[in-house]
Amino acid sequence: MPIIWTKYFMNWPAAPNAVNKLIDMKQILIFIRKEFAHVLRDRKTLLILFGMPIVQILIFGFALTSEVKDARIVIMDQAKDAASKQIISKIAASNYFEIDKTVRNSQEMKEALKQGEIRLAVIFPANFYDDLVHQNEARIQIIADAIDPNNATTLTSYINSIVQDYQMDFNKTNNIPYRITPELRFLYNPELKGAPNYVPGVMALVLMLVCVMMTAVSIVKEKETGTMEILLVSPFSPFKVIIAKAVPYLLLSLINVVSILLLSVFVLDLPINGSVLLLFAESILFIITCLTIGIFISVKTNTMQVAMLISLMGMMLPTILFSGFMFPIENMPVPLQIISNIIPAKWYYIMVKDIMIKGLGFGAIWKETLILAAITMVMLIISLKSFKIRLS
Amino acid sequence: MRTIKFLLQKEFRQIFRNKAILAMAIVVPVVQLLVLPLAANYEVKSVSVAVIDNDHSSYSQKLINKVTSSGYFKLTGYDFSFKQAYQLIESDRADLILEIPQGFERNLVRENGQKLFVAVNAINGTKANLGSVYLLNVIQDFNSDVRLQFIQPGALNWQPTIDVASSNWYNPLLNYHVFMVPGILAILVTMIGGFLTALNIVKEKEVGTIEQINVTPIKKYHFILGKLIPFWILGNVVFTLGLIVAWLVYGITPVGNLFLMYGFIAVYLLAVLGFGLLISTFCDSQQQAMFVMFFFVMIFVLMGGLFTSIDSMPNWAKVVARFNPVSYLIEVMRMIMLKGSGFKNIAPQLGYITLFALVFNSLAIYNYKKTS
Repeated sequence: MPIIWTKYFMNWPAAPNAVNKLIDMKQILIFIRKEFAHVLRDRKTLLILFGMPIVQILIFGFALTSEVKDARIVIMDQAKDAASKQIISKIAASNYFEIDKTVRNSQEMKEALKQGEIRLAVIFPANFYDDLVHQNEARIQIIADAIDPNNATTLTSYINSIVQDYQMDFNKTNNIPYRITPELRFLYNPELKGAPNYVPGVMALVLMLVCVMMTAVSIVKEKETGTMEILLVSPFSPFKVIIAKAVPYLLLSLINVVSILLLSVFVLDLPINGSVLLLFAESILFIITCLTIGIFISVKTNTMQVAMLISLMGMMLPTILFSGFMFPIENMPVPLQIISNIIPAKWYYIMVKDIMIKGLGFGAIWKETLILAAITMVMLIISLKSFKIRLS
Repeated sequence: MRTIKFLLQKEFRQIFRNKAILAMAIVVPVVQLLVLPLAANYEVKSVSVAVIDNDHSSYSQKLINKVTSSGYFKLTGYDFSFKQAYQLIESDRADLILEIPQGFERNLVRENGQKLFVAVNAINGTKANLGSVYLLNVIQDFNSDVRLQFIQPGALNWQPTIDVASSNWYNPLLNYHVFMVPGILAILVTMIGGFLTALNIVKEKEVGTIEQINVTPIKKYHFILGKLIPFWILGNVVFTLGLIVAWLVYGITPVGNLFLMYGFIAVYLLAVLGFGLLISTFCDSQQQAMFVMFFFVMIFVLMGGLFTSIDSMPNWAKVVARFNPVSYLIEVMRMIMLKGSGFKNIAPQLGYITLFALVFNSLAIYNYKKTS
């Protein structure tokens, strides 16, 4: 009758309630200190934990831009006349393109496109200028490497507008009638910088993966190294074990939040438009959600390798994709849109964007907050239910 | 040779014994390849537009029709005030505002010119950029329609015009899966290969069995080879499964030579596995190895040209990308699978990868100490 024995021990000695609680608190604090010691001992992991968000913010902030520029192209100029040369020099002068070389025939052009670095070929047929002047119509052909469809579309439209520009210069004498000029304004992010989109995304991504990975290993490690037995015979309820495992990582993750925010404000020039306090409150909620997911994995698995595979291999790409900061969720097929709802990073990303960039208040994000809280509760309850208090 | 044979026997036995890991290593990539390309879709087909129509003329109606019938845009509604439309953008229910000013039709006809206002939610730069490019194209189309109404087309154009004809090669339907599938497969193969090897040696360290190996007369390179070969085979299996998924589900069959692709993967896996081994020689625990691997994989993925093109990165980032083996694999996969590039085209990439493989593996052998 082992279960009766443990129950008996957990209630013993039958001290007054207040004293019991005090002992409880003290126990938890000691246990938390033990977990902290484990974390702080492993210097290499710590370095990665704190270094990673910094490196990623810098990569995202500076290296990844959504604007298209410096695309390498080839020119096949069979006309070699005034008009084609002027258009080519206009293309060369723009930021979007970098003329890699000029090719003489279509064979060479095909070869160039196959090399993989050339995104586009512009072809001027012979007699380009003559056609333009005498027949009032000349043709240019663009061949785009459309493996990246959006890049191809954007580049084609840039060439198009350069040609339009030239045409306007050419026709300066006669005014073009019935002309609509669209005036474009970019809200929130006029320079189309990557940072306003990516900083909230990276916060969601890094916090999620780091928290899940850290806690996913924590309990299964005790199982594998055998120290779980010691925990099980101690008068510690599963709930306390989970709390003690989670607290150190909560604090570490908060340091990460601070460093990400400092970097984004001072290095990326991305101010926090909304309430900093609200942002921190939501961050704590999100971190707790992720920690409970990690604990859930840890309780459910039996070896560290499996826990790691699930939390890294299984979570990384889905988190990147389903949080919505790389690819719009509304473009996904409906079943995937539904799946994306259970990814906490999605909700956190929305909240950070709303608070940081748009400067909105709690009124705009209460729904997301509730969803995160619900996910946390569900994960916690399942983890507690499936926490085995006996060996095998 | 005999030593390696026995080592391999041991490794394979260990791999097959742990069914959970084997299943993970094979099922996770296949499932992700099935699902993720569907999610990673940037085809512009549902940019939501809020129209502020201050003109209420037949022309403004025509323009709105043109925008909605283009297939790229979803009309959130028209007849908003600017404030209402702005709120729609704030709550993410609209991506673009198209404002048609009062007197649009009259000015266009009488004064030969008129402005239109387009405001774009630019937090997500890619989406903003694409949405605006498409909208401007539609407006331009509409403009030439209007012009045609007023100017009788003669035998010749009324003034010199340049006609730009564009064609899209390798992916004529602009299908986004074609772009994503080879790239995602490249990442999955990298993660499986590198991650499993990194964990494997560290596990021997953590459990202590590495000491037993160290006291035997097994040579360093025997040990490393014994670790490499099983995961090399596993990597090839995952890659083959990925190709089958790409073919059956997405209808993507390699245009180029399949043998060339396997040849490249063979060398590439050596490089990635070598990287995993190198990391494992530095780490003392599996947790450490996992975090270090995570750090690098993350950078490899983001700087590999899978989601955003390397062309647009600043120069320092391009230099970093040169040291990223994943960027070569993604590039070569796209080249061989989609463009049918031959050996001559991929020779430089193959050269770099061979170099990576040599450097990583020799560092790993050098750094693996038999005495502690």
